Parts: sequence; C-alpha cells; structure tokens
Amino acid sequence: MTARRLEAPQEVIERALAASRTEGCAVIVEELSQVEVRFANNTTTTNGMRRDRRIVVMSFRALGGGAGGPVGAVPTAVGVASFSGEGDVEDLVRAAEAEAGRAGPAGDAAALVAPGPDEAAAGAFDEAPVPTEPAVLAGVLSGLGDVFGRASAAGNLMAGFATHGVETTYLGTSTGLRRRHVQPVGTMELVARSSDGSRSVWAGAGTTWFADVDVDAFAQRLARRLAWAERRVELPAGRYEVVLPPDATADLVVALSEALSGRDAEEGRSVFSAPGGATRVGEALSSLPFDLRGDPAASGLECAPFLVTGASGTDVSVFDNGLPVGPTHWIEEGRLRRLQYHRAAAARSGVEPAPPVGNLVLELPGARRSLDDLVARTERGLLLTCLWYIREVDPVTLLLTGLTRDGVYLVEHGEVVAAVNNFRFNESPVGVLARAIEAGASERALSREWGEWQSRTSMPALRVAEFNMSSVSPAT
Amino acid sequence: MDPAGAGGSEAQHEGDSGLAGLPLEAVRSAALERAAALGCSHAEVRVERIRSQFVVLRDGAVETTVDDTAVGVGLRVVRRGSVGFAATVELHPDAAAALAEEAVGLADATAGTLRVPVELAPEPAHGEVQWSSPYALDPGSVPLADKVALLEDWSRRLLRAPGIDHVGARVLAVVEDKHFADLAGTVTTQRRVRIFPVVEAVAVDADAGTFEAMRTLAPPAGRGWEYATGDGWDWDAELAVLPDLLAEKVRAPSVEAGAYDLVIDPSNLWLTIHESVGHATELDRALGYEAAYAGTSFATFDQLGTLRYGSEAMHVVGDRTTPHGLATVAYDDEGVAGQSFDIVRDGVLVGYQLDRRMAADNGFPRSNGCAFADSPLHVPIQRMANVSLQPAPGPGPSTEELVAGVDRGIYVVGDKSWSIDMQRHNFQFTGQRFFRIERGRLAGQVKDVAYQAETTQFWGSLAAVGGRSTFVLGGAFNCGKGQPGQVAPVSHGCPSGLFRHVRVLNARQETGR
Repeated sequence: MTARRLEAPQEVIERALAASRTEGCAVIVEELSQVEVRFANNTTTTNGMRRDRRIVVMSFRALGGGAGGPVGAVPTAVGVASFSGEGDVEDLVRAAEAEAGRAGPAGDAAALVAPGPDEAAAGAFDEAPVPTEPAVLAGVLSGLGDVFGRASAAGNLMAGFATHGVETTYLGTSTGLRRRHVQPVGTMELVARSSDGSRSVWAGAGTTWFADVDVDAFAQRLARRLAWAERRVELPAGRYEVVLPPDATADLVVALSEALSGRDAEEGRSVFSAPGGATRVGEALSSLPFDLRGDPAASGLECAPFLVTGASGTDVSVFDNGLPVGPTHWIEEGRLRRLQYHRAAAARSGVEPAPPVGNLVLELPGARRSLDDLVARTERGLLLTCLWYIREVDPVTLLLTGLTRDGVYLVEHGEVVAAVNNFRFNESPVGVLARAIEAGASERALSREWGEWQSRTSMPALRVAEFNMSSVSPAT
Repeated sequence: MDPAGAGGSEAQHEGDSGLAGLPLEAVRSAALERAAALGCSHAEVRVERIRSQFVVLRDGAVETTVDDTAVGVGLRVVRRGSVGFAATVELHPDAAAALAEEAVGLADATAGTLRVPVELAPEPAHGEVQWSSPYALDPGSVPLADKVALLEDWSRRLLRAPGIDHVGARVLAVVEDKHFADLAGTVTTQRRVRIFPVVEAVAVDADAGTFEAMRTLAPPAGRGWEYATGDGWDWDAELAVLPDLLAEKVRAPSVEAGAYDLVIDPSNLWLTIHESVGHATELDRALGYEAAYAGTSFATFDQLGTLRYGSEAMHVVGDRTTPHGLATVAYDDEGVAGQSFDIVRDGVLVGYQLDRRMAADNGFPRSNGCAFADSPLHVPIQRMANVSLQPAPGPGPSTEELVAGVDRGIYVVGDKSWSIDMQRHNFQFTGQRFFRIERGRLAGQVKDVAYQAETTQFWGSLAAVGGRSTFVLGGAFNCGKGQPGQVAPVSHGCPSGLFRHVRVLNARQETGR
C-alpha cells in the first residue's frame, strides 16, 4: 500500500474545531479501507480495494436571547455538512455554519456530551487509522481454487463473496471530547448450486479478521445440505412448525430491532404501540424468557462504546455524539424492556435515553442446544436455511413478507428426510417470538437479508409453531 | 452532441460541472498510463463527484438534514484475462498511478481462481464528449433552508386537515458528475440530476391501537429542484386530495381475500415491472453471476426468442435515452453509448440487458450500455436500464375504459410493499390505495390488499394496456444489486394495465388476527 497524502484525521478534527465560530461543534472523521472478492460459476468475477475518508462537521448555534449560551441549554440550531475525499475542512465548517445560520431550533437539542472522568482512557485517539489489505483474503483465495475444482467435478456451481473492511472512526467535539474506535468487519458467503439449478444451498458467516473463516468447512456444510436434497418432496402452502437456524432467526430479529422506535410507539404508529396512546413496554412478548440486547462488549461482536452519528433521525441525535453506549436490554425475560430514544426525546417522555447499539444478541438464558438438537426434537416440520427479500407489509403488526431461499428441508421424527420447495411467508417477528416453542444456544449468526448492514449478531436456532407459508415459490 | 437521443443535452448546462477545479486530466492520465505500462489490455478510470442532499421533516419539524459530497477515483483494469479494481478518495496523479498497481495486484491475486478469462465486447472510441441530463435548477444550489420551507408548507397543509395526526415529508436530491476515460480513447464528462420529494399522512386510532398511512404518488424524476415546485408534477393538486383519500381509507372495509381482476395504475405497476421484468432480464442474473446475492432468473438464456413471458399486449423496452429517466445517460460506465432495445415483444422474451462482459461471453456484437457504478469507489456492474411497458398503439383505452371492462375487481394505486423470489417467479405487492370495481365502476376503497402472483402467469393475464394518455414514468432511487451492495436510480414507464383473475390476500388476516 502506498503512503497516504491525506492529513491525519486527528489534525482534521482539531483544525475544524479551531475554525468553528458557533457555540458548539462536533467533527467525525471515518477512515475506511476495504477489500473484497466475488465469485460465481466456479470463477472469480469481480474484486476491489478501496480507501475512503468521510468528514462530517456539525455546527451548533445558540438562538435568540440564548446566543452565546451553552448548546442545548438554550434553543439551538444545527447545521450538518459532510464530505468524502480530499477537501478543505474549513470550507466544510463554513458550510455547516451556514446551514445552522438558516435553521430553526432543533427538536433534538441537548447539551453536547462532555469528557468523562475516564477521558485518559481515550488516549487511543492519537493512534493512526487501521487499514486492511488484500492479504486478509489470501486464505480465502487459496481455498477457493480447490473448492471450485471439487464443485466442478461434482457438477456443482459455487458463487459467493468475501469482504473485509476496517473503519476507524474519530470523534472530536468543542467540549473537549475525543474518541476513536476501530471496527473491523468481514463477511463470507458461499452458495452451491447443482448445475441444473434444481438444488441450492447457502452458508454465511460474520468475522472480524478472517482468522476464523475456513473455506473447506464452509464447503462441507454446503455438501451436507446438498446431500439432503437428493430426495425432494413438494409441499403446499400452509402453517408449519419450522426450525430456524441462527442465520434465519437473525433475518427476522434484525427487522424487529428496526421497529424499536420510542417515538413511533408513543405516537401510535408502531407494533409496539398500545391502545390508548401508551407503549407496550413491560408487556410479555413471549412465554419464553428471551433476552434481546445490544452490548458493545459482547465477545466477538465488539462495537463502538459511544454514539457516533452524522445525521439526526427519529431516535438518534447529532447532539448525542460521544454518548456512552453500554449493554441495553430491549427485551428481558420475554418482556419488552425499553425502546430507542435520543436524550431530548427521553427527557420529554420521562424515560432513560437508549441510543442504538451496533450489535444485536438474542438469547434464551440457559439454552444450550444446537440446531441439530432442535431438528432431532422436531416431530414434523420444516428446517429453513435463510430468508430473503423481506419487506414490511403492515407496520401495525410488523407483518413481513419474504421468501425461503437456498434450502428448505422436511423434518420427520427428528430427521431431515427431504428437500422441499420454497415458500413465500407472511409473518411478524413479534408473532414468531410469541409462538417460539424452543430455542438453542445463541451463537454468531449472519443475516442473509441484512448482513451487509448488521453483521454483528448472535442468535439462537428457534423452533416456531404455525409459521405462515402463504404460497409456494417455484424458485430453486 | 447528444448521442443518446432525446435524453439530455450538451448545451443546456455546459460548464455546470461539479468537477470544475479537479485535476481530471492529470489523474486520468496517470492511472491509464500506468495501467498501459503494466500491460493491461483494458483500463477505464472514473473521477466522480456526487452531491446528495436529504431533508426529513416530521410533523412539520426538521428531523434530518444531510448535505453530503463524495469525490473519488476508481480504476478497473483487465490484464491477461483477469480483472482488478481499486479506488481512493485521493485525487492526485501519484495516487491514481498507485491504483493501477493495486488493481493489477488484485487481478494477479485472483488469476489463480479465474476459470473464465474476462473479455469485453468491442465499443468504438467516442472521443471527448460532454452531456447533461435536462434540468432547470441545480438542487444543490438551493439552500437546505429553502427545501425545509417547502416541506414545512406541505406539512402544514396536511396537518390542518381533519383526521390527519402526523405528516412526514422528505426530499432527496442528487447531482452526479462523472468523468470517464478508457484506454480506447473515450473521454466523457456527464452530469445527471435527480430528485424525489415524498409526503406521507398518517391517521391514528389510538383507542384501537391501529393506524393507516397514505403518501403522495409523485415519482422520483431526472429533474432539478423545479420538479418540487411544480414543473413536472402538480403537488398542490395531489396534496389537496390526500386528506379525503386517507379518511376514506380509514373507514374502508377490509378486503375479502380471493381472485380479482385488477386494473393497476402506473403508480403501482412500475414496481411490478421493475421486479418481475427488469431484474429477470439482466443477463448476468440469468447466467448465474448473481446467484449468491440478488439471485438468478427464470428467464434463462436458452429461452431467448421463445419464452412466452406474457400476453401479446406486453411490449417492454429497455433504454437509457428516455428524457428525465433515472437511468438515462449518454454513455455508460464502460464507455458504451446509451441505446434503446426491445426486451419483450408481443409477449415473447427477445432481449436482455447487457454489459460488455456479458455481451462478449454470449455472442453479442456489442453491449447495450447497461453498466453502472454507484460510486467512484465501486466497480461498474450490469445495472438496469429504464425498462418500460409500452402503451397500446393509437389512442388506446383510458384507465376509466379499462375499469369499465371489469365486473368485479380492484383498482390498485401507488406502490408500497414489494417482494419477489430469487428467480423472479413469485411476487407480492401492496399499494397506497385500492378501489373496488363493481360492474365497471369504482365503488369506494377497500384496505389491507396485497396481490400475489407468479410472473409469467401474471403477465399472461394482461388483458389490455392503456393508451399513451395513461402512461407515467415511475421509478426508484434505490435499486439494489451486487456485492458490495450498490444502489442505482432507474425509471419505469407504463400505462395502466388490466390483469384478469389475480390472487388478492388480506394482509391483516395473514397475521392470523
């Protein structure tokens, strides 16, 4: 890799803060390096190496009689401008200030986060961005040659994608806060199809640095499932007991986590709204004592222990940049425990702020069983592989539609006995938790549908009663 | 010069380029010269500047503002049959030359797993050309405060209406400046401008714990800020009718599930075309190159010229030339001139969307210009052209005349939820509003409608298409494909269509409630 000419991110932040003329300022610098390789039909197809830098400047301007006063304690306007590439950060500050100068009071205004007593621990702020490089994928590439060869010999076609990126985020604010976080993200996905297209299987995994990715192990998982498909039966639409592997559980639970808006619920616009203008916080969602949480320290799923955002939204605020993020239980003992709020909304609602967390863990405390154990305990049902093209149909119930993909299997008397056609489902993840019969141990999972945006999940395999397969899909 | 036909103009905005002041010539020369020196048979470099502005208001108050500019350079090379891509945000000749080294390094690193050498279909060199999509006012030149003011006005109008509890209003505007050069000698500088304003009204029944929503039908358009102020869409008229339509929807009975004849408005049908025709006729998908992600296609290559896709009323054209089309451009991201081509003619599959690699691999003399990368940091892949269902020849029927031909049916308006399987067989769509059709006349709204079908069966049930007067150019900013994921803007024009005997579900009943 060649030496970079770009100014150090810490210098960018200090220069932006020094140039700021408003009562408050926050600056984010995101340094990304990423490498990937893609393959299909037993050949590599595309690849890429990229280096990106994005700078976000947020200018906070005290309004009216409060001008000059502390941000958030008086009505405050905010302007945001961002830039990816080489540019003059002072121009970006002026652009953000110009927008702040034209903006009215922000509804999410709050005092900017101040450095805490643990500020000394933030010394890593001075360290350089962490890059990735093509060598991270060397093991994958060396393994793929054999995998392609074996697939060809067996009359199968392999397709997939391996990517690794490292984003180093720097945050500085006019209150003196300085934070840095390094987030390595990797995913590996592999699909095997029979050459006539009649059978297909998928396996995927999230990783940090690919040391734990074994291409041969992937191929063996796929081979096992392809073998299950040697017998095939056609089943009609209907309600079935299903066994969801952890990856498929993630497909549904990540979608559920996107509906945790406190404000939406309070306004009666969410599955978590209760009649009469209340929310469903405290209500039992499942008879099983599930725990759904985010935790920046979760082993193998580590993510930023502070909030970083370049844009406000319904439940997240640019004023909250740097806010500590800790373990947050969304569902506890099967009951809805809390919803997402930024600080200003939390204060209005009389609840604790709950910023989003960069990972998601669903766990049934004490559950130790594996996916195979759950299959073995199934009298008759469908074992799924993953779900696909999931979209919201009805936000009132969080009804989702989507499809099974790359492997549906009939389980009878605890054994996989055949492959089954694909289905379109119409289901709510809230209903899935309510009808869950049994859960396995929570383990690292990769949502096929949402994994590109949320690859840090740990999920259990689930057995679920009366899963609504609305129609048959002839896709193979 | 406007080689793409009516889709844009060189003169209208000559000099309006976000690339002014960037070292284009130095960067492209450094990248291409180094690639050539390293023995690359093909190299193409793109320097881009993409300005995106996004404003969201909730109940008339600003919730989100984004004003983002992304600048960077990407280089794709082909060397000894292996492809490599590298990109950076550093716009400097040294960094550009280094990209060539990195791209060649990746080409070499993946050569061992390359079983099909990469070839690109020939394309003549087009020299130095400039092009711009047609627009009157660069949305980037409009302060965010003015955008906020317009959305505030729209929100206030709706919040005043009885029965409306909440209003969401947003606008996303993008100005995409792209400079492309390849070893063959094509050098293009192009600008595309697009905008998508949306307003949604929400009615809450707090006692019952339910709510209904309805949003504007205005499609995204390849236009400037003038679109938000009434050039190309009548916002006043649409906002005026929304409260009553939502109120009627709140009161409407829940649909009885069953088979219905559907008259589908262009505001809904564009998305069905996108999913069941647009994606299904991408040749890379049909050949398995998207098997791990976006999926494959039932419309396999061996069926070209024979597959009965739909009824004889079905004529679908792909193009990159439609004025104000979101996929319209003079030259694609492989330097191929924009074209127009048939995909389905008289109900039979007759064409695919191609990039240069798919064209070369499958015996086509030339790509039809469907390569696109959504960022200078992403590699170009085959992406969707504007894929449009053609109206009936001559004056053709009006939507009312199509409705008149239905004894018991539903008129479907506006898009909402969508989903289709990975081979593009089984799909399910909802919409913004649904009107019962009884004995040829509209008979009030119903709600909770979702229609579900299998692609060729659905298009085979197409009994009639509306005339030119019913034709509307719909579309989306956010068509997803590829890994890493890329989003592409694309338009789909269509008339109203009459489909017989389509399965309709009741979405509330699907939850088991």
